[in-house]
Amino acid sequence: MKLVAVTACPTGIAHSAMAAEALEVAAREAGHDIEVEIQGAAGGPGLLPTTIAGADAVIFAVDAGVRDRERFAGMASVEVRTRRAIDHATEVIDQAVDAARQAPARDAAAPASPMSTAAPTGASGAEQFRIWLMTGVSYMLPFVVAGGILIAIGFAIGGATRVTGVEDWPSLGDVFSSKLALGALLFKIGAVAFSMLVPVLAGYIAFGMVDRPGIAPGIVAGLIANQLGAGFLGGIVGGLLAGAVVMALMRIKVRGPLAKMMPVMVYPIVGTLVTGALLVLVIGNPIADAQSGLTGWLTDLQGTNAVLLGILIGAMMAFDMGGPVNKAAYAFGLASLDSGNFAVMAAVMIAGMTPPLGLALATVVRPQLFTFGERESGKAGWLLGLSFITEGAIPFAASDPIRVIPSLMAGSAAAGALSMAVDAQSRAPHGGIFVLGLIEGKLGYLLAGVVGTAVTAAAVVVLKSLGRDREAASTEPGGVTDASASGAKVVPSGA
Amino acid sequence: MTIAIDTLVTPDLVALDLASADRRGIIEVLAGRLVAAGRLTDREGFVEAVWAREQETGGTGMESGVAIPHAKHLAVTQASVAVARVPGGVDFGAEDAPADLVFLIAAPAGADDVHVTVLSKLARRLVHESFRTALREAPSPEAVVTILKEQIQ
Repeated sequence: MKLVAVTACPTGIAHSAMAAEALEVAAREAGHDIEVEIQGAAGGPGLLPTTIAGADAVIFAVDAGVRDRERFAGMASVEVRTRRAIDHATEVIDQAVDAARQAPARDAAAPASPMSTAAPTGASGAEQFRIWLMTGVSYMLPFVVAGGILIAIGFAIGGATRVTGVEDWPSLGDVFSSKLALGALLFKIGAVAFSMLVPVLAGYIAFGMVDRPGIAPGIVAGLIANQLGAGFLGGIVGGLLAGAVVMALMRIKVRGPLAKMMPVMVYPIVGTLVTGALLVLVIGNPIADAQSGLTGWLTDLQGTNAVLLGILIGAMMAFDMGGPVNKAAYAFGLASLDSGNFAVMAAVMIAGMTPPLGLALATVVRPQLFTFGERESGKAGWLLGLSFITEGAIPFAASDPIRVIPSLMAGSAAAGALSMAVDAQSRAPHGGIFVLGLIEGKLGYLLAGVVGTAVTAAAVVVLKSLGRDREAASTEPGGVTDASASGAKVVPSGA
Repeated sequence: MTIAIDTLVTPDLVALDLASADRRGIIEVLAGRLVAAGRLTDREGFVEAVWAREQETGGTGMESGVAIPHAKHLAVTQASVAVARVPGGVDFGAEDAPADLVFLIAAPAGADDVHVTVLSKLARRLVHESFRTALREAPSPEAVVTILKEQIQ
């Protein structure tokens, strides 16, 4: 089929050229001939009258008026905004082909072809929130990978229960003579990297909100969240708080010499003070209370239905991964060990292993639901999960808490329940594949891990797919699907 | 007569790893680079012109993650392109697609055709995914300029 197109935008530099290129590529791919006239500063020669006369349809991809439109009178036509031609050129070409097929009904296609509905809307609240979280997560990710892998290797070399007991930094001689010292060195360096997870997350969430002035208050908020034992959810709260406080400070209009003082003195001092004070005074006590309350509550539940207890412990382990709820479950596991009940610790361990494993599995099963960074950290997730390094799941949870955390809880609850049901026993206050020798009831225990991993992966895939479908439906009134959008991607010409 | 792209963009006009959730902030940072490079004399006036274009078009962002805020302005002394890479993405009006590659195009008011032609070539190349990927993965401002030079002739 022979097509002609006119592209135009107010400055005639950028969008008209992009639309022309996109239409040319898409038409070529679909096996059609096309000639494009770019109107505006960059316009080359116009379409020849003979070319127009020989064309089956005309496409107007325009953000401005079309010059000499009467040349195309009576032709089958499609009119869209330049942006639609750039983003969805294949569909625009298809519309033009359809319009041509419906001829001679003149202009029949014009009302049927929707103008681009792209409205000048800013990012919605939820979207903005997601972008802030993603900024924090992207800076946190290297710390998770570095810390997680070093700790896992340290466990493998020195033994998980032994390296965690080493107090001092090992000496050079020790490292060469003792496996334990070498393992401890790796573990301790990894642990330092892990201690930065929450500060970096909080600092760069604030950075995402208000740029550089957010970093100091945000990192301090994250350090405080660490000290309060508030975990990564506390870090998210701290980072958002720091960003909000600095944002409020930026609203204060100051003139004269004081204006220069704002970024140097006022944002760091006032921002850090207000953020820190709010965190400690408003959030600190409730977190401490929650942790001791939950531990007490679990103690009361001891002796009731073992499977129910397993479900609760499992869900708690996965809820905040290092936060107060997780710590309450772990503390309860330790207390149970002391009182001679080894089943609870086994459930705690397996429930702490499934979150990274389940996410790693999900990134393999449905890679398209995850960002590039998530797919890469999913690879590390296998090793981290097997090593009982639950923190491997934090980047996923922090960037999409609403969908990921419930999925992790479901899988860990399943794992905890199964572990209790088969009455697996762990005498070590540490988990992971390296202490499997200390586990009694290995087969049932491993089964619990496999089931929990599968449940986590299935839940996260379902929740992320649901969310995605809804987003696509609400933001694409033209009914454009992901598949057709990716079909509009162009093949590099290599020019 | 043809003009090489590297007369329009130099490494000091390329800002990698900018982090801002704010469209206007990105435009201001890039306009600042143009002023520092002596290519623009009135930062605020130019930013206003770009901003007006953003408002009028609903944003210059595209679903591919590219945004090309641009304006012609008297204060532009030399046709220029400033580039920002924003890993977190920033809203430029494309639905559900924050821009992570931002090209601020500054054209002098008396549209100089040779420069405009080069700018249009840049815009055309941006339609191609391989080109965008190369720019996203370039390790340094110098590498970005090299890629632009190789791909736009």
